[in-house]
Amino acid sequence: MDQQSKNDIALSIRDLSLSYQGNPSALKSISVDIPRHSVTAIIGASGCGKSSLLRCLNRMNDLIDGVQYSGEVLLEEMNVLSAETNVTALRRRVGMVFQRPNPFPKSVFDNVAYGLKLSGVKSQRHREELVEKALRSAALWDEVQYRLDESALQLSQGQQQRLVIARAIALEPDILLLDEPASSLDPISTLRLEELIYELKQTLTIIIVTHNMQQAARVSDFTAFMNQGHLVEFGPTDTIFTRPSMRETEDYITGRYG
Amino acid sequence: MLATTRTAFLQRTRWQRLRSLTMISVSASMVTATLLLTLGLFALLFISAMEWIFWIGEGGSADVASRLRDIALARPGLESSVIGLVPAIVGTVALVMLMTLFVAPLGVATALYLSEYARDTWYTQLIRISITNLAGVPAVIYGVFGLGFFVYGLGGQVDQLFFSDRLPSPTFGTPGLLWAALTLALVNLPVVIVAVTEGLDALPEDLRQASAALGATKNETVFYAVLPAAMPSVFTGLILSTARAAGEVAPLMLVGAVKFAPSLPVMTTAPFIGLEQKFMHLGFQLFDAALFSTVPPGGIGWVATIALTLVILIALLNIVAMSLRSVILRRQAVDSPF
Ligand SMILES: Nc1ncnc2c1ncn2[C@@H]1O[C@H](COP(=O)(O)OP(=O)(O)OP(=O)(O)O)[C@@H](O)[C@H]1O
Ligand SMILES: [Mg+2]
Repeated sequence: MDQQSKNDIALSIRDLSLSYQGNPSALKSISVDIPRHSVTAIIGASGCGKSSLLRCLNRMNDLIDGVQYSGEVLLEEMNVLSAETNVTALRRRVGMVFQRPNPFPKSVFDNVAYGLKLSGVKSQRHREELVEKALRSAALWDEVQYRLDESALQLSQGQQQRLVIARAIALEPDILLLDEPASSLDPISTLRLEELIYELKQTLTIIIVTHNMQQAARVSDFTAFMNQGHLVEFGPTDTIFTRPSMRETEDYITGRYG
Repeated sequence: MLATTRTAFLQRTRWQRLRSLTMISVSASMVTATLLLTLGLFALLFISAMEWIFWIGEGGSADVASRLRDIALARPGLESSVIGLVPAIVGTVALVMLMTLFVAPLGVATALYLSEYARDTWYTQLIRISITNLAGVPAVIYGVFGLGFFVYGLGGQVDQLFFSDRLPSPTFGTPGLLWAALTLALVNLPVVIVAVTEGLDALPEDLRQASAALGATKNETVFYAVLPAAMPSVFTGLILSTARAAGEVAPLMLVGAVKFAPSLPVMTTAPFIGLEQKFMHLGFQLFDAALFSTVPPGGIGWVATIALTLVILIALLNIVAMSLRSVILRRQAVDSPF
């Protein structure tokens, strides 16, 4: 691998396997390189391990009892899965947004400032600047600039989901993981979210799990298809959707099963 | 054949309708009766108290102002009885505040440990069940414990270590405000723990995940995300315990409440609070007035006055706690029950 292409890789996954207490092979030897400044969609039937894979990348699986994994995930020089890795530092570099919008029961401002406070941004003025920047990047500033002191729970679902994204990107992560971020949103909010994803990929790398084929086709540059813990196929989205090389992929995309 | 089934069916619905109508009217009249009873009780309390308060006559006060002063301030010897609402109010409030100071951190810490840190084993289950059951232990039992453990045990030790020059007359080795507050804190600890644990258990797992995903450690998540979100339930626990602490009499008789205290347990100069002092308490005054003292012009007036004061005080304390809670709730935008 030459220097140029190495710089184009945001995240390198090698032989990653994962087992839960009741499920010995949730992920089976997954290897893939995630290109930098791009959107990678992960598609596959329910229970095939998409969320599990995502949770490996920022070690959220650590919160589950009895999880075991093997293999390697490399984030530049950082070995994500190693026991010595500083999980706090890792999670600041790899942000995550969940299926249901989960803002804290705090004000809009405090939601975005939460991670900043923890990461040691002491001055209130500096925090205000960073919060504004994050809200602007999340295309939410215009809607909430006069409501910063209101409770985040009073925002609409779509706004809440963008707030949660703002909260994550306030820490200026390299990678943003989105686990079915649009599944609880209406079509308009979904569209806005997709536009936002398109904006965000200029500055960071996005990995998105989705059940919506059209969405995957619309927002992603690369697509990974998973089935029963295996990574079946990975490639440019155009190729995967028009000329998949595996029969399973074609069946799934054309809706013949799953 | 079909016709008879049909009429049977119709009859049954009519019978059922009648039954549900009866149920509704019975429960409605029960509610009304309860309401009327409470209102009547209050009216009775209020009228006898007012009648008694504004009594002016021979052998008593000269005018309304001096009458009110007599009722408000403690003075021993007035026909072998003690009048003095203000010292009792001050004593009650001091006791409740001090108790809250002990029970809030202890209760919250225990609840946090049980629901955030401890693993869910049969042992923690056992502890949880025991705590719930402790809420049912009569308060006077705690009073006995307080007398034995705090007053004689701890208090005796403190005296020997720090106040040995004053022995044999005890300083902390005798019932007093500190021991009363600690005893009541124990009485209310289970209530607070149960309320807060339930609040914590009801928080969505999402909240903890969101915090962890932002790089928060376990402790940071607990203190900056989970605890603030559970604040309303902390206040629920404190509201419950405030009412109990203000109204409790039995354990206080053992650990520090007295009929007449020569000085208030709070003062305007440092240290501001007399932890070792005996104090007057509305509940105890009520008990004493009902059993032992007649205060002119006699009858149930004095008792009614103390009772009314106690009820109003508890209501005020609750209003303070509830408004604090509703402020927090409003900030979180959870639907406020008020
Ligand atoms: N905490 C857990 N404990 C045990 N097994 C789990 C746990 N989480 C997931 N699994 C199992 O691991 C497998 C993969 O689950 P995962 O949630 O990653 O699937 P998914 O592709 O995200 O599905 P969905 O599309 O429904 O979200 C499933 O068989 C699931 O039952
Ligand atoms: Mg999933």
